[in-house]
This record gives sequence, structure tokens and C-alpha cells, in this order.
Amino acid sequence: MSGRGAVGAPLDRVEGHLKVRGAATYANEWPVENPAYLYPLLSTIASGRVTGVDASAATAEPGVLGVLTHLNAPKLAWPNDPEVAALQSGEVAFHGQFVGAVVAESIEIARYAAGLVTLEYEKRPVDVDMRADRDDLLKPQHAAIFGSQPGDLQDGSSADSAVGDFEAGMDSAIHTLDATYSTPIQHHHPLEPHTAIAVWTDDEITLYCSSQGVHLHRTLLANAFGIDASRIRVISPHVGGAFGSKVFPVTWATLAFMGAQLVPGRPVKFALTRQQMFTLVGHRPATIQRIRLGADADGRLVALGHDVVQETARAKQYAEQTVAASRLMYAAPHRRTTTRIATLDLPVPTIMRGPGEATGMFALESAMDEFAVSMGMDPIEFRVLNEPAVHPESGLPFSSRHLVTCLREGSRRFGWEHRAPATPARSENGWLIGTGVASSTYPSPRLPGNTATIRVGADGRHTVRIAAADIGTGTWTTLAQIAAEALDVAVEDVTLQIGDTDHPLASSAGFSSGINCWGTTIHAAAGELRAALNENGGAVPDEGLEVTTDIPDNPYIAQYAMYSFGAQFAEVRVHEDTGEVRVPRLLGVFDVGRVINPKTARSQLLGGMTQGLSMALHEAAAIDPRYGHVVNNDLGGYHFAANADVGSIEVHCLEERDPYVNPMGSKGAGEVCIVGTAAAIANAVCHATGIRVRDLPITLDKLLR
Amino acid sequence: MKPFTYQRAGDMSSAVATVAERPEASFLAGGTNLVDLMKMEVLTPELLVDVRHLVSHQIQDLPGGGLRIGAGVSNSELAADRRVRRGYPMLSQAILAGASYQLRNLATVGGNFLQRTRCMYFRDVTMPCNKREPGTGCSARDGQQRDLAILGASKLCVATHPSDMAVAMAALDAVVHTVGPAGERTVPVNRLYRSPSDGPERDTVLDRGELITAVEIPAAPIAARSRYRKVRDRASYAFALVSVAAAIEVGDGAVSGVRIALGGVAHRPWRATTAERELFGMPATEESFRAAAEAELAAAWPLPGNAFKVPLARNTVVGMLRALTEEAR
Repeated sequence: MSGRGAVGAPLDRVEGHLKVRGAATYANEWPVENPAYLYPLLSTIASGRVTGVDASAATAEPGVLGVLTHLNAPKLAWPNDPEVAALQSGEVAFHGQFVGAVVAESIEIARYAAGLVTLEYEKRPVDVDMRADRDDLLKPQHAAIFGSQPGDLQDGSSADSAVGDFEAGMDSAIHTLDATYSTPIQHHHPLEPHTAIAVWTDDEITLYCSSQGVHLHRTLLANAFGIDASRIRVISPHVGGAFGSKVFPVTWATLAFMGAQLVPGRPVKFALTRQQMFTLVGHRPATIQRIRLGADADGRLVALGHDVVQETARAKQYAEQTVAASRLMYAAPHRRTTTRIATLDLPVPTIMRGPGEATGMFALESAMDEFAVSMGMDPIEFRVLNEPAVHPESGLPFSSRHLVTCLREGSRRFGWEHRAPATPARSENGWLIGTGVASSTYPSPRLPGNTATIRVGADGRHTVRIAAADIGTGTWTTLAQIAAEALDVAVEDVTLQIGDTDHPLASSAGFSSGINCWGTTIHAAAGELRAALNENGGAVPDEGLEVTTDIPDNPYIAQYAMYSFGAQFAEVRVHEDTGEVRVPRLLGVFDVGRVINPKTARSQLLGGMTQGLSMALHEAAAIDPRYGHVVNNDLGGYHFAANADVGSIEVHCLEERDPYVNPMGSKGAGEVCIVGTAAAIANAVCHATGIRVRDLPITLDKLLR
Repeated sequence: MKPFTYQRAGDMSSAVATVAERPEASFLAGGTNLVDLMKMEVLTPELLVDVRHLVSHQIQDLPGGGLRIGAGVSNSELAADRRVRRGYPMLSQAILAGASYQLRNLATVGGNFLQRTRCMYFRDVTMPCNKREPGTGCSARDGQQRDLAILGASKLCVATHPSDMAVAMAALDAVVHTVGPAGERTVPVNRLYRSPSDGPERDTVLDRGELITAVEIPAAPIAARSRYRKVRDRASYAFALVSVAAAIEVGDGAVSGVRIALGGVAHRPWRATTAERELFGMPATEESFRAAAEAELAAAWPLPGNAFKVPLARNTVVGMLRALTEEAR
């Protein structure tokens, strides 16, 4: 038995056979006895308060077990966080907010009875006007909550930054660019909706739910209900996608708890509908971004500025690191970034795959392309010329940075040298054809709050326990591979246990931190176990051996800047009559350190690029300015890329190993792949048509002649 | 969803009588649109009278050419029928451009004509809508306008008809056969839909309890080389921003026959009679096509959010006629 080769092997998902047979249990499928069902009531105004409730017809309906509103809902110990608390007052801060719920013997009765509850409202004027010239923009101050860092922005960084003298740098530049880009509200919409089964007894509260982090969900709910966390058990072994929407927003689980309190001992089932997911589980906030670039006669950047206005909710402030990538991608002696928020009567935004970088890099990488073209430079050579030796703001060296290799390797694989320098590039059967490139980046943070337990039995089997999450990414497989290598045993001899608060503490799946944090913790525990075995002369005692270890500090955190990188290439076709855009080809080359499992990594990278394509061409919430609601609130109206929109996607990972991020040599892979895709496509569209679309999504009306 | 009663009708006359007499009753066939709208409580029938087994599931040749299609034929069967694919390719293409395999397998030809609009304000019961609740006003007109009509709309309603199939049927001069409380009658597809200015709550001229039993497509040699082109916001699974069903015949360089109908632009499949008239006898050139399309669209009354549909419709019509004439050379 040997663990050599466990990491880096393209293993099939260990739970794959369960999933294809329908035998993997998802949250709403747990076999429970005699469940009751909950159906929520959502506000139909965007701003105001509930002034009257008539639940008599609903209560009188046979099969209805109870109607919850702010008038009778349990008072929570932590009532003010609208991503956790529900029904604590009659205040309405956005359209589609929970204002009540019906618990009934069947889902049909609950849903019907919900329609019988009459609510009266006092309405306030609705303000959903997203503009960069509002006079009430604020500098954000993000509240620190569990799993997030204190700071202006949700990743703990500052809203603004400055190096040198930006205005003087711009004044000194020979070439300049000043352009404004915008991105709309976008939605997560994992295949599996947010669902919960809650069982409330005097002893224990059990929650089967769809979660990116069971311990965080337990902490949030324990705080909200003012009960000891040890009374709550959260179980979530399989998650049908999340993209960030199953980390912080848990009002749906809160409502399930309240329903369960109404019928103690009886399981209460609750699944959000697709329509309800548009307002209750977060969204990617809209942005308006001004990029200013200045360069010398040779095309070397002398000034780089990125000013962001981001939409946030009146109910709760959320501000993300849209400016983050502009702080590290390219060298320039004079630089500034700013972040301001527009507070609107809209649902609460949250992290969504590549939060900050995904939108920020659409702007920066579009601007880099525009600027290169305006100076007559090749977009790749322009980027290479401005590659920084160290992090341009902090001055730290990068733990590993192979962006130029990604650009060069991608160029070779894509056939960039055959690219027509002029626009329009080429026309074929009524379609204009163009190509574009953009860079990608995402950090590899190490989060606290991780503990792993490994037990080896006399039979030589190893059981690894950590409450990590597999949101479809392959955690069940990759953590077993990491454990096998670190323990030097075969993958088959490792039993992994995740997705349950009965297992040790783990940070949530997010920020491309999962493998980094959980893997590092397992690696450390494996080292301790092997040391303990050595002390025992190499033999496993009859009663077995168990160690429990917390995530070690990374001694290099203050010494190196730690990021993944990538380069993405797109070929597009734009119809000359109609402006329809097709993307027959995408290619991505990524620097994500050592790849734990090439098969699951490829799957994630393909998925991220597909989501990036979807962001480029399709995704946008249509907000009604008068009512403040999401008008296109179903999957017929809110478009994701369909199969027919996706052509060939190729991904390639550099065979590099990062020496400092973690002992496995890996960096984050789940989010870098969505960063830059939209810009690569926008740049290709401009190459094909000469039309620069600075406002996502790139719909045909923007390209019609 | 409100509770309802399901009834499998024993025969046609009792089904018609039941729905005619009871305002809360509705026919049920494929249910692909009706059941969705019931879940959203946009429609709240208390009684569903299932008639799928009562209407014909046959596609028959008509004596003088043409086809008679039973109302119960599924969308999939009609699109796959060899006579349709050879004689009326625009119809097959139109059907295949709509919905999904699963929906097309379930949806009927009769029901396809009677789909309700996809206007998101109609589908949201919390919004004012003259089509759903007469007299409450139109909330779409000053709202999100991308999917709204540019032709034939009224201040009362700017919704579009969502069907692809009906666009081809309009171009083919198809005629629906019905049975109702007053007996049997025929209605040309181009006269089936009512103008929204006459009260948008009623989509068609059919009476309460009147049921489509079949549709007849007359012989049309011109349709053997015809096409349907659907332009939408993604490559599949989306309703048309603009669609065009077209066929053209050219003799000695001049247009000797032409059929054009547009989808996604009006409350009904929009037969482009002005463009057809303008084109007849004209040289089959890009200039003629463009002039004809512009003549048709001169009546357009776009809103800021859907004004792009005017050049989009023009370009799509021109592109279709260009492709059809080039193909014939």
C-alpha cells in the first residue's frame, strides 16, 4: 500500500455511482416520518411595512397546521441580520422578502393556503436607481461576520488604495484611456434549490439542508435562536451546486426552524421554488466601473485607476472586492482604486463565484484590450510588457505567478499568431469572426476554523473526519487523495466523512479556499498520526489510534502574495444581419499550482468558463424601476447559456507546484476560471465587429446595424 | 395552485356543453401552458375537462392537396411528419425552434394556437394587467419592454403571442376547424386572434366552450422551399425576439409569389401583407426586400426598450429572402 501518486491521479468521483443511480441523498430527500410542509409568503412591495394580516381563511383550511407572520413568529436572539433572521418585524426592505409562512399536512395545501393569507401594506417610495452619479454613495464598511474578515470589503480588504500620484501619472502619460463599464445583477441558480428538513425536539434540532458549510450554518442558526450550538446538528453530505448562494443567506433554514418549532418532533420540509430563489439567496451585485489607464510611448503603464460603484441592499450592506484584481495584475508606478456603494431597495447581494474579480476583471481586461488596440499593440504583448515583478501595491513577491506562461502557452494552443490584426477580422456565411484574450486571477486564502480527526484502526483503515462540503466540486474524492498521499496509504484505505456538524470544524466551501484549508488540515493531522505511529514502533495498537489537529498557520502569509492565474481565449461569431453572438471556441490555460485531481479540476474549470460565457452573453436580472421586483424571475426569462450556446471548451493546467500556499503545492481553481471569460468574449466581439460593448450582457441589440 | 376538479369528457358534445355553461371550466389537452399558469394562479379554473382523447390525432391528405391536422396531434409528430417536412418545411422548422423535446411531445397542435402570452407582467399576479384582470391597467408598457410588441399593440396591452408554429401557419393561410355551442365553423388563422384594442382579456375570436378540432393547410407549392428563422437571446430554449416564416418564388428575376409572417412582434402571428404586396412583381433584389420590409414596419410603434426589434425584423426578413433566392439559383 502506498499513497504515492494518489494526488494528481484523475480518479472518478468516489460518490459518482451514488449520484448517477439517484442514491446520493440530497437535503430534501432524507427519508423522514410523517413530515409537514412549509410554504412561504413573499412581500409584494419593495419598501414599506406590513400593516395588516388576515390569516383566517388560511387557518380554516383543512390540513393547515399553522400560519407564521411577524405577529406570531418566535422572537430571535439575533434579529437584525436579514440574511439570517426572518419575520422579526413588519418592515419590508425588498420585493420578495419573507413576510410569512404556512405549515400544512401537504405541500399542495401549504401552497394553496399561502395564497389565502391577505396582507396589507404601507408603501414607501421605491428606489432601485443604480447610477454612478447618485449623491448618496457611501464608502463601504463591511461588518465582520462568521467566516468573513473585518474590513471595508467582504474579503477584509480596504475600499480604496493609492500608490504614487495617480493624477500626476495620468498627466504624464503619452497614451490614455478613460472608459466606463457596467455589469448587471446576476443570479446563482444551482440545480438543487435551497432546501431544508428541520426536526425540533427538546433535546436536539436536526437540520438536513443544502449547505456550503454546515458549521457556519449551525453557528448562524444557534445565534439567531439563542440556543447552544451543540443542540443543533446540520447534515449536508451532497449539495447540488451553490456558487456562493449557500454560505451566508440562511433565512430559508430559519423559516424551517420556525416551522419545526410549531410542530415539535415532526419534520418540516421546505424547498424554495426557482422563482423564490431570485430574491432570497443573494445575487451578484450590479456594478458601474470607471477604468483609467495611462502609458508611456512604449506602452508601459504609468498610471492605473479603477473606480467602482456597486449596488447594495438597504436591508444589509454587502460590498465586494471588485477592485482587487486591479491592485495586482499589472505594474504601474501611479495607481488608485476606490469602491463606493449605492444603497437600494433590492434583495441582499452575496458572494457569487469569483466575487469581485469576476466583475472587476471584465472591466480591467476589456480596458487593457481597448488600450492595446488604440496603441496598435498586440493585446498579449501589451500585458506581458506590463507584467509586475512583485505585487504592485504591497511589494510582496508572488508565491508563484505564471501569467506570462499562461498567455504564451494559450497563444500557441489557440493559434493566436494567425489572428488578423484589423477589424473586421473575417466574414464567413454572414457571420463576422473575431478572437479575443483576457487574463484571469483569484486569491488562494487560508481561513481559520478547520480541524481534522484521523483514526486508524487495527485493520489499517483510516477514517478522516472534517465537516467540509462537496458542492459538486469533487471534495469527496480530492480530500481522500490528499489524505492518502499524506498518510502514504492507498486511496481505497481512506474513509472520508464530511458534510455533518458531528465532524470537526471546517470553513465553508468558498473563496477558492476549500482544498487549501481542508487539505492543509488533513495533511497536518496525517503528519501527526504518522509521528504517533512511529512512536508506537510503526504498529497500530489494537484499540486503534486517533489524532485531532487544527489547521496550522502558514508562515509565508506575510511574505508572499498568493494567487492563481490564467489566460482565456475566445473565438466568436457575430451575425451580420441580426447581431446574434455565438462562441464556437473557448480555451483556458491556468496556473493553479499542483492539480489534486485532473478530472474534477477540469470539470470545475470547464464549468467556470461556461458560467463566464453565460455572464458575457446572457445573464441579467431585469429590475422594474417602479416596483423594484425582478421581472424575469424564472429560467425562461433569466437566461443562462444553454447547451447550444456552448461550443468547444479546452482547458489546460500548467504543471507547476506552488511552494508556499500549502503543503500540497496547490492553489485555488474553482473561481479563477470564471474571471476574465466575459472580457475575452467582449474583446473577441470587438475584434469581429469593431463594436466595443462595455455593458454586460452582450445582447444582439447592442450589435445591430 | 387552487384546488380543481378533473373530468375526462365522455364525448365532444358534453365536453363543449360543460365548458360553455360553466365559466370556471376549461378544456385540458397537453396542459403544457395551462398547468404552468395554474401553478402561478394566473389561471384558476375549478374544472378541467380533458378532451385530448376526443380530438383527432391524425394527419390526413386533403383531396386537392394540403393537409388536415387533428388538434390532438402532438407538436413533435407534426414537426416530424414527412409530408410537412417536404411540403411545408417552415412549419416543421418553426415547431422545432420552440420549447423542448419534452414539451413538444406533450403539447398539442390545437393548444399551441391558444398559448397565453409570456409577458412577465401577465404571469405575475401581483402586477396590474388588462389581459389577466381587465381594467387594472398595463404594467408592462412602462416596465421591462424587451419582449413587447411593436406592431398592432394598443395602450391596453403590448403583449406578444409566443407561438412559433402559429407564425408558419399564418404564412401558410391555415384554417382552424372548431366545434362550439353554436355548432361547427372554420376560422382562418389570420383571423383567429383579436386586436388588443378590442379587450386584451380575450386572445381569440373563439367563444366560451368552442374547441379547436383540426387545422387545415391548403396546398401551397411555394411552401416546398420555405424557411423559419428564429432570432432570440440565446441559441435555444428562448422565445423569439423576432422570427420570420418566409417563402418566395421568382420568375424572370421578378417576385411571382411570396409569403412572409413575423413572430415575436405582435399579439398574433403577424402576416406581413404590406411587404408581400410591395414585393409582388418587383425585382428579387436586396433593395426590393429592404423596401418591402421597411414598408411593413412603417406601422411599427416601438417603445424605448424594444425599438431594436424594428431593424432586427427588417434585417431578418431581408436575410431570409436573400437566402431563399440565393438557394433557388
